[in-house]
Amino acid sequence: MTSLAFLLPIALGMGLTGLAAFFWALKKGQFSDLDGAAARILIEDEDDDDK
Amino acid sequence: MTALARGLAPDAQVHSVLAVPGMHCAGCMGKVERGLSALEGVSSARTNLTARTVEVVHQPGLDMPDLVAALARAGFEAQPRVIVEDAPSAVKPLLAPLAVAAFACMNVMLMSVSIWSGAEGTTRDMFHWISAAIGVPAIVFSGRPFFSSAFAALRRGRTNMDVPISIGVTLATCLSLYETVTHGQEAWFDGTLMLLFFLLAGRCLDAMMRDRARAGVDSLLRQAASGAMVVESDGATRWVAAAALAPGMVMRVASGERLAADGEVIAGLSTFDQSLLTGESAPVPAKPGDPVHAGTLNVESPVDVRVTAIGQDTALAEIARLMDAAGQSRSAYVRIADRASRLYAPAVHTLAALSFAGWMLAGAGVYHSLVIAIAVLIITCPCALGLAVPVAQVVAAGALMKRGILVKDGSALERLADVDRALLDKTGTLTLGRPVPDEAAIAGLSADEASVALALASHSRHPLSLGLSQALAARGVKVADLVDVQEVPGRGVTAIWNGISVSLGKPVAADGMATALSVGDRPARVIGFADRIRPDAAPALAALQALGIECSILSGDSVPAVAEAARQTGLTAQAAASPSDKQAAIARLQGAGRKVLMVGDGLNDGPALAAANASMAPGSASDVGRQASDLVFTGDSLMALPRGVRAARATMRVVRQNFVLAIGYNVLAVPLAIAGLVTPLLAAVAMSTSSLIVVANSLRLARATGRE
Repeated sequence: MTSLAFLLPIALGMGLTGLAAFFWALKKGQFSDLDGAAARILIEDEDDDDK
Repeated sequence: MTALARGLAPDAQVHSVLAVPGMHCAGCMGKVERGLSALEGVSSARTNLTARTVEVVHQPGLDMPDLVAALARAGFEAQPRVIVEDAPSAVKPLLAPLAVAAFACMNVMLMSVSIWSGAEGTTRDMFHWISAAIGVPAIVFSGRPFFSSAFAALRRGRTNMDVPISIGVTLATCLSLYETVTHGQEAWFDGTLMLLFFLLAGRCLDAMMRDRARAGVDSLLRQAASGAMVVESDGATRWVAAAALAPGMVMRVASGERLAADGEVIAGLSTFDQSLLTGESAPVPAKPGDPVHAGTLNVESPVDVRVTAIGQDTALAEIARLMDAAGQSRSAYVRIADRASRLYAPAVHTLAALSFAGWMLAGAGVYHSLVIAIAVLIITCPCALGLAVPVAQVVAAGALMKRGILVKDGSALERLADVDRALLDKTGTLTLGRPVPDEAAIAGLSADEASVALALASHSRHPLSLGLSQALAARGVKVADLVDVQEVPGRGVTAIWNGISVSLGKPVAADGMATALSVGDRPARVIGFADRIRPDAAPALAALQALGIECSILSGDSVPAVAEAARQTGLTAQAAASPSDKQAAIARLQGAGRKVLMVGDGLNDGPALAAANASMAPGSASDVGRQASDLVFTGDSLMALPRGVRAARATMRVVRQNFVLAIGYNVLAVPLAIAGLVTPLLAAVAMSTSSLIVVANSLRLARATGRE
């Protein structure tokens, strides 16, 4: 029973952290260009070495 | 991508947003961002592929034409974005409720599993209280999309799918709270949250499809150039935004530029490509005194145009108004899920009321009867029913997208499945919509002539040159080395090749569209051009007939041009139809009880595309055409038409199967609920099982649609 006193808050805390992270990402516009995010990995930027 | 450290004061920066419609892959994004970042004074450029825009942060010294020119150097046509009301995303408001429902559902389920496996007394009460603490706020937050929609429907005296959902969710939450307070045995927080999670997932899928369609919403006004070079009285020119143009001003329109306003040519001779506006395939010549329209493309040489009408008065705006009116009739279409819920909701509520009355009569007491009635409502909550339609449509749309057909809206598939009549535009739809050089003439060119022709053609933006260079490049012709290349507007391109003067230009005498290639003193080669019927047109039309869809041509082009296309395809045709004629033709067929599919590409097809029961446009269509149509197919083949119809019909078959499966589950579960045998555990298992079955059945569509 005593283990519950630790495990419950830990489980809930982890879930809440994930939820908070999701909301943060949503607010930062991480989901505003899903197609672009998928394509961006393919951009070749070898000549961008000044950045 | 961002060049942060350029020593610019951050407060002096200006944000500009440009639409870049031609950007469609990672390579394009890279080119756009690099092209803009290389510009002096630009501190960052970030593309958005979904909206086809780029946001530039730059110094105030730079203005729109500089940015557009930089993009043109990178090979992209761009326009400053017209700030129309930014269409709100349909997915975004659902993402947060979905995430909250998922989080709460998982955590409450954690408690519920302990209760089901035998937690007793204080432990169970504590678990119930924790569940309530997580569940109630989560239900209030995640349920908002349903509550508000149900409330809106009820206020208008109607009912929709959200009404039974809202009632079920509210009652289940109240019952669970009561059970928690009174140390009861069963709380339904887990089932309620799972229901909300599944339903929100369905909603999100549906909204995702609609968001893709929205990406082109503000594109109508983008078609018109958003400004023009205006000639002042002292002869100087300055750039004026479209909104600031006034009748009487004189615009200098370069070749390859689109007109920003309706007007009258006052100086210069040129031809205007009106194909998007009227469907006419051949460019129309214009001399001083001739009227020209906003949105048409100046093909040949620079002209001065006096503005006669602006903004709301232009021919373009007239088409926009027609489309608006046409779109309203379509919005009256009731989607299949809503039709189903009109039957479903009253049946479910009657059933719950009857079970309450029945148990009261049997002497079970108010509390017990109420618990059973609520159990009936929870078990019949249309969880699988809510997924039945969107999942099938999203799977089919995904499979179609891989085959080059973009579906903009779930209801498009429902409407396309019913179609029994098809009207096809000619220019750009049945035909490729671009001049294609005569095969025999091309084959007759010697190797060096072909390479000279390609080199000359690549220096001009004239449609014939573009067609010629495309055809020659496709044959693997090498480009010859030319010096001293000059393009004389209205005449052609001249250059020096190996000391010989060469030219590509207007032939002395020719029928229809043609260009003449002369190399030194060799005899001139005349290459004829014609707009070709799309490859696969015949088998595609035959396949449509086989599906029971009668086809005919409805074009704005001249009678001889349409007659030729009709002869080649064996279809009946109506020629020289104006945008409102097209709309009227569709209304006539609809009046006769036909379900019409309109396939078109131009601005002039816009109202017809919006008025038809379903519509398709090729990817080469005008923004307006693409925006007004339900499906857009990329690639040259017309086989996309029968493929789309077959996929739509297959989708509707699966949707109906899903309904049968979802309702079949209710038929099994409802007697148990009425008998008072349903526990929260059973409800959770039944709900997820039926949802999984519906999803699995829908996934079959990916294979069926992909196989064809």
